Amino acid sequence: MSALAAADERIALDINGESVAVHAVLSTTLLTALRDELHLTAAKRGCNQGVCGACTVSIDGEPMRACLSLAHGCTGREVRTLEGLAGDPRMQALQRAFADGGALQCGFCTPGMLVAAHALLGRDADPDDAAVRKALSGNLCRCTGYVKIIAAVRSAAQALGGAA
Amino acid sequence: MTALAGAVGQPLAQLEGDEKVAGRALYIADLHRAGVLHGALVQSPHAHARIRGYDVAAARALPGVRAVVTGADLDPKHRMGAFVKDEPAFAQGKVRYVGEIVAAVAADTEVIARAAARLVRVDYEVLPSVVDPAAALEPGAPLIHDNAASYIKVFDAGTQGNVCSRTEFRTGDADAAWSQCDVVVENTYTTQAQAHLSLEPCGALAEIDAAGRVTLWSANQSVFRVQASVCESLGLPMTKLRCLTPRVGAGFGNKMEAHVQPAVVLLAMKTGRSVKLILSREEDFETVRARHPFRIRVKTGATADGTLVAREIELLLDGGAYGDDSPGVLGYALLMQCGPYRIPHVLAHGRVAYTNKLRFGAFRGFGVPQVTFATESQLDEIAARVGIDPIALRRKNMLVPGDPWFGGQAIRSNGLAECVDTVERESGWKERPKAMRRGRGVALSAHISGLLASGAIVRMLEDGSILLNTGAVDIGQGSNTVLTQICAESLKVPVDQVAIASPDTDGSPYNWGTTASRVTYVAGRSVVGAAAEVEKMLKEHAGEMLECSVDDLELLPGGRVAIKGVEERAVTFAQISGRAHWAAGGPIIGTHSWVFDQKTFDPKRAVALGLPFAAIGIFSFNAVVAEVEVDEVTGKVRVVGAWSACDIGRAINPLMASGQVEGAFVQGMGFALTEEMVWDGARLANPSLMDYKIPTFAELPETLRAYLIESDEPSGPFGAKSVGELGINGVAAAIANAVADATGLRFRDLPLTGERVLRGLIAQGSGAAA
Repeated sequence: MSALAAADERIALDINGESVAVHAVLSTTLLTALRDELHLTAAKRGCNQGVCGACTVSIDGEPMRACLSLAHGCTGREVRTLEGLAGDPRMQALQRAFADGGALQCGFCTPGMLVAAHALLGRDADPDDAAVRKALSGNLCRCTGYVKIIAAVRSAAQALGGAA
Repeated sequence: MTALAGAVGQPLAQLEGDEKVAGRALYIADLHRAGVLHGALVQSPHAHARIRGYDVAAARALPGVRAVVTGADLDPKHRMGAFVKDEPAFAQGKVRYVGEIVAAVAADTEVIARAAARLVRVDYEVLPSVVDPAAALEPGAPLIHDNAASYIKVFDAGTQGNVCSRTEFRTGDADAAWSQCDVVVENTYTTQAQAHLSLEPCGALAEIDAAGRVTLWSANQSVFRVQASVCESLGLPMTKLRCLTPRVGAGFGNKMEAHVQPAVVLLAMKTGRSVKLILSREEDFETVRARHPFRIRVKTGATADGTLVAREIELLLDGGAYGDDSPGVLGYALLMQCGPYRIPHVLAHGRVAYTNKLRFGAFRGFGVPQVTFATESQLDEIAARVGIDPIALRRKNMLVPGDPWFGGQAIRSNGLAECVDTVERESGWKERPKAMRRGRGVALSAHISGLLASGAIVRMLEDGSILLNTGAVDIGQGSNTVLTQICAESLKVPVDQVAIASPDTDGSPYNWGTTASRVTYVAGRSVVGAAAEVEKMLKEHAGEMLECSVDDLELLPGGRVAIKGVEERAVTFAQISGRAHWAAGGPIIGTHSWVFDQKTFDPKRAVALGLPFAAIGIFSFNAVVAEVEVDEVTGKVRVVGAWSACDIGRAINPLMASGQVEGAFVQGMGFALTEEMVWDGARLANPSLMDYKIPTFAELPETLRAYLIESDEPSGPFGAKSVGELGINGVAAAIANAVADATGLRFRDLPLTGERVLRGLIAQGSGAAA
């Protein structure tokens, strides 16, 4: 324990536009820092192995696995969780479409799906089915069968004006 | 019909939707208590061993460790189990599978707790083990339970040696009927262990008050089953434990019976502190439960025109180390194996074997996906032998309105024919353009909903708004929304006038659980009954307020009671409730309790031995068509199209009902094609999402259509039946039939992995021909 304790230090991270200090040893993941220290619990721990995508957050605008990202590696980078993206119109359109379109059931994968979909709509304002599938293929859902998630992402794109 | 917002039949968005898309839904891992301790588990390294003792000194000495609990803290008299009470809170006396919980630690941090768990020393005397269910039933096999026959059982289970339970059903005279058959097909099919893989791992948080009463939050499908399991396994009176639920990240059966709750409660009692323990994904795979592997020997006979005459089916279920829901799964699978067909002569029998593996238990479909894979595959073989189209053969034999189920129970609503017509039409079955490497398959199935008790309390608040309390846990499928719609429709108010209480064993009426596709039908009927009580009380008040007979009154949309046909002579719910609270009669509280009591078997038509459910419920029906493409180079099967029609009586909420059907198809596709828990000896070899593949967006068929057929069940709330499990039952069979159509090869072992299919293609020689 002493070796771990010795490496413990406070680091400054840019989380949702605020500079916050978190305790982190070298092995502390961003997900642990977010959930256990900052109590930002939108990002979920589904596998802690980078497979399920439930912990997806935005780092410098790219959807990344918080469970595979080390907190120390995030210094100087913009970390945005679902909580921090909630004011963005693109995210709000996605949130509305997911909630109204039955694109969630248990909701455990939903924050990660939304962050990944938000990044997709940032680079492709009118994705087709194939583009949605590709962009979200790293996010697992065990409830919905995915059909309504694809429809919701496309409907959010339409609501935002799409290609037009 | 009223046209109020959220009325029955409207595709209302899930009530928790806004909270979930905001990331503010709180699941068990998201709960935080000041001063909470963190738990960690010690797991068995052995498949089978006697525990001679524990040395917890080193673990206990680690700074920050507050308690260690082991089997020495458990009384061997206290055991839990839904059917056979064979399971301690965690390992006690023996370990029976690799990964079983042996001890648990509570410490100031999770890091310390996990470090301490590694310091717990257990003195094991390793025993011979058996992991194959057939081998477990051989004479001289190691006994998983030293005296299983002595356990308490809730039905005539026939538990003995390594037989956890046995069940047998008969109608007609199967032995004599084979001589009437022109075609008899007999095969053996096997299905694999499937992991539930709810995205949320299991976990629990327990808190103890100064009087020693424990409050327990956990990922669960029934606060009442959690309460019963924990109290049985720890020997606690039920008054000493209150169970609550946060949001639940899906269940599919995994969270119905206990997982880590007994160990966490024991840690809280020992420390006097709050204790939280969330399983890692690997621990969740290794310690909770999974879908039963089945071995299915089935023989079916028909006349030359394709009329089904007789069937014999024998099941062997791998139950794993503890009974859990296995006896129920066996009995239900045997009840459902005939499918929705008339087969006059049937002998259906089977056994559950204890083995030194993880327990197997409830998983969406409850044994029906397994038997349906076998029986619907076999029907296609019969169709080929007699030269009839697979759908035509099924139509010829399927149950029509008026026909009872196998064993004699009456069926009051049957929309199966419309299901079959729908998928035949929508899939373009008759056109069947035969493309290279492509094939189509069909399967029919049924499911029953109605099991066990439920109640509802509908309270009118002072302002005339309504609080609904059913005790049914919404595990994400949307039952809070559906039950709220039923309540609002019953009282003719908009849905936002009704709030729904979170399940709480202190305050909610009993509800057996969110399982067996039962909540809409069973809890829905309770809600209708309780709302009717409220309506009666409202009218009694209104009659006095308006000085008229209650028979002259009616509910008007929007929360009013009026004299029939005289809308201006009305009082509002708020006026009535104010009077009730402050002047006359007391608060308006409607309640309803019931349990389904129609007998599963008619003793004049059938003989049953070891029947786990004397009364089970009403019937929903499904027809599904799958189209596949088979890659001859890799053997990989890709589902390109799927059409699934479900007779669910009435869609209370079509958005949610279709979501159930779509989700069930994709989960069934994983069962059919890729998902398999693999044991290397006694050790689970792939307890991670890296090595256990569930379907992703990439595997989703280009076309996946859900059709909701409404047959109007007379006993259902607004005509509703059930939808939760139905859609998964026929998926593996339809896909296997499609693969057979595409390749000419009949695969009788799941899953249809690329490797398995490729081996078949090579053996067939078509690999070379391609």
